[in-house]
Amino acid sequence: MTTDLTVDVSPEVQRRLYELMTLMKAADDRLSKGIASGELVCVYWPSRGQEAIAAAAGVCLREDDRLVTTYRGLHDLIGKGVPLVEIYGEMLGRQVGAARGKGGTMHIARPESGVMLSTGIVGSGPPVAVGLAMAARRLGLDRVTVASFGDGATNTGSFHEAANMAALWDLPVVLVCQNNQYGEMTPTEHTMKIAHVADRAAGYGMPGVRVDGNDPIALVVALTDAVERARSGGGPTLLECVTFRLRGHYFGDPMAYMPEGQLAAASAADPVPRFRARLLEAGNFGELDLDEIERASAAAVEEALATVLAAPATALDELDRDVYADPRNCPA
Amino acid sequence: MTMTQALNLALDQALAHDERVFLLGEDIADPGASGPTAKLSTKYGVDRVLDTPISEAAIVGAAIGAAMEGFRPVAEIMIMDFIGIAADQIVNHAAKLRFMTGGRTTAPITVRVQVYGGLGTGATHSQSLEAWFMHVPGLKVIVPSTPRDGKGLLTSAIFDDDPCIFVETIRLRGQRGLVPTDPAFAIPLGQADVKRPGTDVTLISYGRAVLDALGAAATLEQEGISAEVLDLRTLVPLDVEAIVESVRRTRRAVVVHDAVRFAGPGAEIASILHSELFGVLEAPVERLGARFVPNPGPSALESQVYPSADRVIAAVQRTLAPATVRAGAHG
Repeated sequence: MTTDLTVDVSPEVQRRLYELMTLMKAADDRLSKGIASGELVCVYWPSRGQEAIAAAAGVCLREDDRLVTTYRGLHDLIGKGVPLVEIYGEMLGRQVGAARGKGGTMHIARPESGVMLSTGIVGSGPPVAVGLAMAARRLGLDRVTVASFGDGATNTGSFHEAANMAALWDLPVVLVCQNNQYGEMTPTEHTMKIAHVADRAAGYGMPGVRVDGNDPIALVVALTDAVERARSGGGPTLLECVTFRLRGHYFGDPMAYMPEGQLAAASAADPVPRFRARLLEAGNFGELDLDEIERASAAAVEEALATVLAAPATALDELDRDVYADPRNCPA
Repeated sequence: MTMTQALNLALDQALAHDERVFLLGEDIADPGASGPTAKLSTKYGVDRVLDTPISEAAIVGAAIGAAMEGFRPVAEIMIMDFIGIAADQIVNHAAKLRFMTGGRTTAPITVRVQVYGGLGTGATHSQSLEAWFMHVPGLKVIVPSTPRDGKGLLTSAIFDDDPCIFVETIRLRGQRGLVPTDPAFAIPLGQADVKRPGTDVTLISYGRAVLDALGAAATLEQEGISAEVLDLRTLVPLDVEAIVESVRRTRRAVVVHDAVRFAGPGAEIASILHSELFGVLEAPVERLGARFVPNPGPSALESQVYPSADRVIAAVQRTLAPATVRAGAHG
């Protein structure tokens, strides 16, 4: 799909996309730098390289729309409006985290932003998205549920069950596959016979759309269609967003499984500098405008990190809370 | 009324009194429904009693998603052996959401499962897997033995704020008993019930095996042995207080259940009793459960797998035997 910046989205949306993408990138960069140097201690599954998809979701979804994402969700959480303090706080085990620091990197939820679940289990999000969409319909609300997952998830039975159910009941769901070309350490072409994840949609009787996952404008166009279709009762769409995972499966992954040259080629197609170049070319923004956006993103990240590092660590008595609604139900 | 009618009553009243309640599962709507959900789709509509594809993971996952939004879904897993397909959603999402999100999201779902053991259905359609779920922090596990308990406990499960695994037993479907029809009638989770008082030994049980315990107690009475039958009713929360109180009086205990004996619920109960009442017990706690074998098809073999009243009696006699005779005995 070729997109035309000036036709497809307004300058305001272009700016918002760049703000979000640079914030996501800065959040990942700062975390990565801190973990690498030993300044920060946490586990992390990096989203670097996949920012365009989450930024597009950020501009296409309403606050009350629902998101189910995965452990590789830093970018998705930012896109959906989860404050960075709550994200970093959770990753670094501080009381300002989304779950007061007790849930950890993989499990961040914030219903006020519509983020209902980050799952640590590949393929397990879509069934929950089906239930969220069923709830919206029962409540008479026109909100949409986006399930975000990777290419590997589409090989699970859980994905298949949920896709079939969502299509069967015409549920207001958008299945957003962030095809980053690897399922953990294994390239996608080693795990599925078909070349395009989007082709799986035909088996469920829903539209399957393949889009450049590094092109935020193309993503906004495709997501807008899918979200409107879902919101208006037209049922689910499987949107395959082709991107790349620039930092491997987990932070520190030596990526020994990657063929020579692949990472360099993917880095050359990094969606963030690529979008900057396009914005400059289109002429609505100058170098200084975009520099300012990047500076603001980096400053927001530093401010959030400082707040988190100044916050108290997760309290030990959190072990006694939230196992059951009533702690007296806990076996000794 | 029968157990089936009692469970139907609980579902019917929950649907009638609370718009948040809906049921989903395989073949639960009319005309395909034959168990506790029969006639409910006709009464409440197929929007509230939903037939689903054969997709256990999505059934439970969808229940979780709806529960997060404030609904009280009751998911049915037709036969407990199928719960493996849904175990990821139960174990990794339902059980843990409250903790992982600091209470920001919760999954107050009820998962009704049915145990087909004893009916010749073989190894993959007969298992009592409740111990699996006792082992996962965040879940409640409920196993009624009477129609009254079935109604009262299912009502509590549906409106409980934690995810509940509600284990029904096909062989108890025809059990009859008095059941209060007041919609408010509910039995709190975590309260064991003395089904028969006694003074010489406590038979600790739940679910179908309560019948074995009661049968054994009736026979033992004729031999002058007074057996108390304690029905746990819920395995999590476990009514430790009631268990310890009873055995402190009787000083002997036999735990009996249809789940596999090895590493079964009885192991935890026996361990608690040995810790709490070491100096009080007259004999080691006896444990009876299913043999450690995949359930066979032929009834002649299957009947050897499960506990029975006779086996309970033999276990009681072991607890009553002098220590010298008891040495080496194994249940």
